Amino acid sequence: MWKWLHPYANPEVSYHLTNKLLPWFSGLAAVFLTIGLVWALLFAPADYQQGDSFRIFYVHVPAASLSMGIYFAMAIAAFSSLVWQLKLADASAAAIAPVGAAFTAIALITGAAWGKPMWGTWWIWDARLTSELILLFLYLGVIALHNAFEDKNLAGKAAGILTLVGVINIPIIKYSVDWWNTLHQGSTVSKLGKPSMSLDMLWPFIFSFIGFSFLVGVIICLRFRNEILARNSIRPWVRELVKNKAC
Amino acid sequence: MTLKANAEQATKHSVTKHTTIKSSSTESLSAESVIMGKVSIEHISLESSTLKSTTLESHTQSSPQLSYRHAFMLVLKRDLTIAMRHKDDIINPLLFFVIVVTLFPLGIGPEAQTLSRIAPGIIWVAALLATLLSLDRLFKSDHLDGSLEQMLLSPHPIFILVLAKIFAHWLITGLPLILIAPLLAVLLHLDERSYTALLLTLLLGTPVLSLLGAVGVALTVGIKKGGVLLSLLVLPLYIPVLIFATSAIDTAALGLPYSGQLAIIAALFFGSLTLAPFAVGAALKVSTN
Amino acid sequence: MNTLSKKNSTPLISAKKLTCIREERLLFDELSLEISAGDIVQVEGPNGSGKTSLLRILSGLSQPYDGKIFYKNQLISRCREEFHQNLLYFGHLSGVKGEMTAEENLDFNLALHGNNTTESLAYLANVNLAGFEDSLASHLSAGQHRRIALARLYQSHAPIWILDEPFTAIDKQGVASLEQLFIAHAARGGCVILTTHQDLITIKPEQVTKITLDYSYDSAFD
Repeated sequence: MWKWLHPYANPEVSYHLTNKLLPWFSGLAAVFLTIGLVWALLFAPADYQQGDSFRIFYVHVPAASLSMGIYFAMAIAAFSSLVWQLKLADASAAAIAPVGAAFTAIALITGAAWGKPMWGTWWIWDARLTSELILLFLYLGVIALHNAFEDKNLAGKAAGILTLVGVINIPIIKYSVDWWNTLHQGSTVSKLGKPSMSLDMLWPFIFSFIGFSFLVGVIICLRFRNEILARNSIRPWVRELVKNKAC
Repeated sequence: MTLKANAEQATKHSVTKHTTIKSSSTESLSAESVIMGKVSIEHISLESSTLKSTTLESHTQSSPQLSYRHAFMLVLKRDLTIAMRHKDDIINPLLFFVIVVTLFPLGIGPEAQTLSRIAPGIIWVAALLATLLSLDRLFKSDHLDGSLEQMLLSPHPIFILVLAKIFAHWLITGLPLILIAPLLAVLLHLDERSYTALLLTLLLGTPVLSLLGAVGVALTVGIKKGGVLLSLLVLPLYIPVLIFATSAIDTAALGLPYSGQLAIIAALFFGSLTLAPFAVGAALKVSTN
Repeated sequence: MNTLSKKNSTPLISAKKLTCIREERLLFDELSLEISAGDIVQVEGPNGSGKTSLLRILSGLSQPYDGKIFYKNQLISRCREEFHQNLLYFGHLSGVKGEMTAEENLDFNLALHGNNTTESLAYLANVNLAGFEDSLASHLSAGQHRRIALARLYQSHAPIWILDEPFTAIDKQGVASLEQLFIAHAARGGCVILTTHQDLITIKPEQVTKITLDYSYDSAFD
């Protein structure tokens, strides 16, 4: 059943796979993002309560949900690297982590930017924002641990274990923060969240979400390629590649 | 060498046996007895050598020395012995705990009402930090002097050894925190109704801190400047314990039941008790690589 | 006789196609070896050539970049408990705690590996530490720490000895008696894998198999 995956355990094959995927991903990302964002920012109707500031949601919500999704992707990579000793999975986990951190940061910043006109303050201890902040800490921990090891191989394993510990803890942290938030609920806090959307708001939202997902794909592919090359720099096929590029 | 020594011992035994038997029967046959003795020497030494090589060949799995309980007690006893001979390891985190807690009234002001409002949070945050401070000792010195790699190479399952070390760590740092916490609660004017809640949450929560912290130390033990990194890795994982523990104490102050929060902390405890030792074992393998 | 017959059967420890990369430097590539009962193997090579790395990989402490280690033709990760019961590893670090006495240290190390602790005083005497058994290890010298750790050899039932620089900080007489111990160990069906900077005194060259690590980086790909 998994036979078809086996060739991709070879770094060279994977490298060429990213070569093939990249143009598709970047093309799709460009198309969807352009349509989605232009539609969302220029043509979609303004929210009747929140006005134009609502439009930041077209960036905030995809970034927030992707930030969580990227962590799970990283956890899957870490798991396969630890259980099946796939070095490439290591490389992909290393490639994913900073992307996830960046999207978490985007979600936080856009959340705060939305909060300023709505709540009159940059930061509120809203359950979602708090979870997002803790997620950022988890990402930064993984990245810091990865950088602390000299040996890339060991770094990948250590960061992988931490990622798995983190992925078990994320639901617990999320639950406890939600619970904490309802417990200490102030009077003025209006939650960031699921406003019921009309269709002409929903479509641009779907487009920009897909666009951002492909963008993540593009960035991860690029980083993954670099990781493969850096880790296999002593292998003949990499030297061959460099020679050909140089000519 | 061992073989030789053993064989010699065995033959000595046989010689004395034979001679005593012989001498009791007849005295004139003493020369023969020596010869008999010699024969038996060769015989026995042969036997013992084959015996020796078989023990070398396949080491028995069912040796009584290898029970889980035995391994656990062995490591626990060792760690406690070391801690007892190195008492500042016990006292320093405790002092830190007390000093941090006394800083808060100085920074915030002495009004009893404010203090009792924030007392649960202060005590628990200080407990987190004190635990964090003491974590380094859990594997660091063992890693530096090489006894950690000997433990990893022992035939015992790693999680038993790890569990013993974590339990020892809790006895050395967690338990003193619990014992001194009521005193600090008095200093911070904690509501009298929450004393039991404070003790119960500490009793259930500090083992979780040791268990989760052990994962962080195991990951950073091989890194030269792992101290700050450790706090970055571990503190986010402590958040659920902090939230539920402080909430239990707050609820108790209102005179309401707090068994729900306690149950969740207990769940966290059992969850980390089952999972953390495996994560620690895997992390230690990476760190000693 | 015993050892001869064993040599034809399964090797105690074997490695297939080991590759080791440290800090982006290739130490050895596709190294395969088989070590049987009765072998004394000396790993040679200049500093930084990967001797310690090889020993740590063979003992299962380090993971190779690529390749597999077998104990009696079983992957060591599949039979960890059995392999560790039959292995004695002695590394650069002595594993001696300063807070415990010499005897407590030895007892712990013996018990940890499932050995008997009743004769530990005699083993300490074997390594010239008689009279020091009750002194805290922190009051002893580095050489004495190493001897505490080496005392374990006198009790070990484990057939596989992996010893990284066992002669460091040991005097000439001690080296000779250790070498006798190795020969006796090999004769009764064990194997010894060691590294050393010194020449062996009493072990004859024909008794030793040598593995030389001098993998040069440049020749690999040109």
